Amino acid sequence: MSDTTDTGPVLAADGTPLKRSLNRALRRQKLRALGLIAPLLIFVLVTFIAPIADMLFRSVENQIVSNTLPGTVQQLESWDSTSGEAPGEAVYEALYYDMFLASEAKEHTRLGTRLNYEETGVSSLFRSSGRSVDDIGEDYIDALEDLNEVWEDESFWYTLMSGGEDAAKNRGLLEEERDRLASLTSDNFGGNIGFVPGQEISDLLPNTARAYTSFALFTVVADEDVVAEEEPWEAVKIALVQDLKRGVDLSGYSGFGADELRAAQDMLAEQPDIAFKEAFLEMDEDWAATDNWRTIQVYSPPFTTGYFLNAIDMQKGVDGPEARPENQQIYIMLFKRTLFMSLVITGSCILLAYPVAYLLSNLPMRTANLLMILVLLPFWTSLLVRTSAWKVMLQQQGVINDTLVWLGLVDDAGRLIMINNQFGTIVAMTHILLPFMILPMYSVMSTIPPSYVRAARSLGATNWTSFWRVYFPQSVPGIGAGSILVFILAIGYYITPEIVGGTTGTFISNRIAYHISSSLNWGLAAALGSILLAAVLILYWAYDKIVGIDNVKLG
Amino acid sequence: MTITVIEPKPVPFVAAVVAAAGAFCGLFVGTAQGNSLLGVFAGAAITAALAVVFLTVFRQEKAARWITTLGTAAIGFAFGGAMGGLIGLAFGWFFGWFIFWLGEGRYRSKLPPYTTSLQVFYHFLFRVICGMIFFFLITPIVVVMPLSFNAEDFFTFTPEMLRLDPEGYSLKHYRDFFTNDDWQQAMWNSISIAPIATLLSVSFGTLAAIGLSSEHVPFRRPIMAILISPMIVPLIISAAGMYFFYSRLGLQGTFWGVVLAHAALGIPFVIITVTATLVGFDRSLTRAAANMGADPVTTFFRVQMPLILPGVISGGLFAFITSFDEVVVVLFVGSAGQKTLPWQMFTGLREQISPTILAVATILVAISICLLTTVELLRRRSERLRGMSPG
Repeated sequence: MSDTTDTGPVLAADGTPLKRSLNRALRRQKLRALGLIAPLLIFVLVTFIAPIADMLFRSVENQIVSNTLPGTVQQLESWDSTSGEAPGEAVYEALYYDMFLASEAKEHTRLGTRLNYEETGVSSLFRSSGRSVDDIGEDYIDALEDLNEVWEDESFWYTLMSGGEDAAKNRGLLEEERDRLASLTSDNFGGNIGFVPGQEISDLLPNTARAYTSFALFTVVADEDVVAEEEPWEAVKIALVQDLKRGVDLSGYSGFGADELRAAQDMLAEQPDIAFKEAFLEMDEDWAATDNWRTIQVYSPPFTTGYFLNAIDMQKGVDGPEARPENQQIYIMLFKRTLFMSLVITGSCILLAYPVAYLLSNLPMRTANLLMILVLLPFWTSLLVRTSAWKVMLQQQGVINDTLVWLGLVDDAGRLIMINNQFGTIVAMTHILLPFMILPMYSVMSTIPPSYVRAARSLGATNWTSFWRVYFPQSVPGIGAGSILVFILAIGYYITPEIVGGTTGTFISNRIAYHISSSLNWGLAAALGSILLAAVLILYWAYDKIVGIDNVKLG
Repeated sequence: MTITVIEPKPVPFVAAVVAAAGAFCGLFVGTAQGNSLLGVFAGAAITAALAVVFLTVFRQEKAARWITTLGTAAIGFAFGGAMGGLIGLAFGWFFGWFIFWLGEGRYRSKLPPYTTSLQVFYHFLFRVICGMIFFFLITPIVVVMPLSFNAEDFFTFTPEMLRLDPEGYSLKHYRDFFTNDDWQQAMWNSISIAPIATLLSVSFGTLAAIGLSSEHVPFRRPIMAILISPMIVPLIISAAGMYFFYSRLGLQGTFWGVVLAHAALGIPFVIITVTATLVGFDRSLTRAAANMGADPVTTFFRVQMPLILPGVISGGLFAFITSFDEVVVVLFVGSAGQKTLPWQMFTGLREQISPTILAVATILVAISICLLTTVELLRRRSERLRGMSPG
């Protein structure tokens, strides 16, 4: 090496510095590895992680109130729920427009169902009000139409509201109403509807223009009719009445229908104001109940902690969260029961698996493999087969009871009830999860050298001491791995408790399934699921720390 | 080889132990005949007498065991017909063996010579306890099989079945399974969903496992945690999330929705088994292939794939059985058109209880025995291959 005069960096074959060349190779290797992983990672993210994230989102999402009753929610902001009095006239007026549109779109019952989770009785209140909301202010509409027949004429309305062919248009209002209807019905309200409100008329009669625009959108998109050929909804006419009665200054207006509007305003000036509140109370006196209004107010923000509070037996009270009434508290009890039963199942799995794993790891290979089949066969057998087998075994006319009766240990009338209760769930699930405990224990125990115990024995330890002080501590990692695995699996079990659990042996997951498929309270199901998921993820993290996910063994 | 001294044990000791076992068996026989107490005493007396006779007067093992077996079988047949005969045969064989096993002291042959009597006792007590746990593990599965041949629509053994009367047995539940449209529809759904889901998870999973097991993978742990999560997250939560999310995408209630969901659930199993196989894979083989001019694709298919194939196949079998067995997710993501076999069993168990379920269960157990055997054979082959490769 004496003839090396170059003191610069070491070069690779192609002349680049070796360090850079190696770095580049390493980077390429990393990229290739990531490239191989990417398809699966994307697949799992889309098909699995995104659904979980969606569920987490659903557990706090609560846009239905502000989507269905936007005006009411806005008016309600200034209402003081502690005053003990129902809100003022303005709220009821806003409720009228919102309710009218919602009942045309048939969305009011959905909101009623949603709010009924929080305050019983709201559902029927909404349903009955949706039916009769279009009766409000009938007299005023009649008076208007008696005054001049043009108020029944669809093309008059169309020209009035569009302001004529070449008038300045108010596209902003159209888009606003488009968004509102889209969020109300979750349908697409895009496209040309052949109507744009005129700028002048919507400045003059804002409520009427708004109501007519949503009528127009709904008519074209949902009913697939032509706007100019349909008579407007009652709500549009009521909005006109309200606009005119508010003392709109028509003196400067000279556009289409100016005379008719002036005549209508003069006529209406002599009429009393429309009593929206009275009308709603007449429809259903529950509209006076402050509790209902408080519920609407409390659940109006787009995100809520309400579902989570509900999931831990609490509710939103006047001043912050409060406990639910005693007879409605079930979830804490269910969580406790799930936890307790999972612990019992894990415990009994440890008790049963330890001797078996010990025996298997101490037998000669050939015998151990043969006996292993007895463990692996249940592991491979369909979960439903094992569950139905336990149903066959445990039921009152089942195999165990028949045997006991035949042996004379119990008499025919006193057959044991072993199914549809906690006992049934615990026995069946212990059996189902036992292989998951035996396998990790076995893989740990077969690495323990038998010489340690022999050494302890030869040093004078008794059977018990040599087991307890020498063997057992070495087998603890196996117990830990198996226990976490079994506990994680047990805590989220659904099928077995559903079939053999009856009412007292069910888990929180059964309640989640109930809320998804029967009561349709998806938000609550999502909140319960999120809590369960959090518990499992903590355990998963612990498992990863203790055992390492790479070390999971199958079969 | 063995240094343990095997010597005959004192007759009173043997007689006492055998009598205890005889009393236990006598309890069952006595109960079946209507008098438990008599059974206990008769059992103890008869077996003790046999022990004494065989160990003192008639010490010819082979002949003695034949006599006991056939004798008890004949007595059993006389009292309880075919079933009684079988039970008698089993009892006779057991006691014939048990008496000589104890009496000749053969039970100590596999134990170290220094073990005390108490240790011997604990040793066998432990084995009996383990035997009972194995019994607990296997009985429910075994009980289902004969019940599926029940001639009645019961979930329990009928007296005809216990008498081994041919009239108590029939194949009608199997016939029902193969002719009933609901069950056939469910079976075809299962058979068409599971392979596609398996194919998806195996092809994506194998590639990713190869990527994961290369030496320099950034973010290995978090990626692994995400890929394994479908196995850890409770099924009901996966089902709920998929139900919400797939309905947004319009996949809820479609064939492909169920396939995608099942593929996601099967992925962890493929990842785990294939990465475990790759741990033993010798990287110098791929380098050698590259050195000789093979491009990465050829190297993969000609060198790496054949060696890790057992792992891939057993991962695939795990994924297959996951999809084939899965019921929670399909209950939510699927609609009536995607009703699979486990779903049909689940509704059957919850609503109308029909013994056809037991016939299906027996068929499924047979399938799982086949799968288990395949996986075991593959595992051994893979271990052999690993032993073959250098390094």
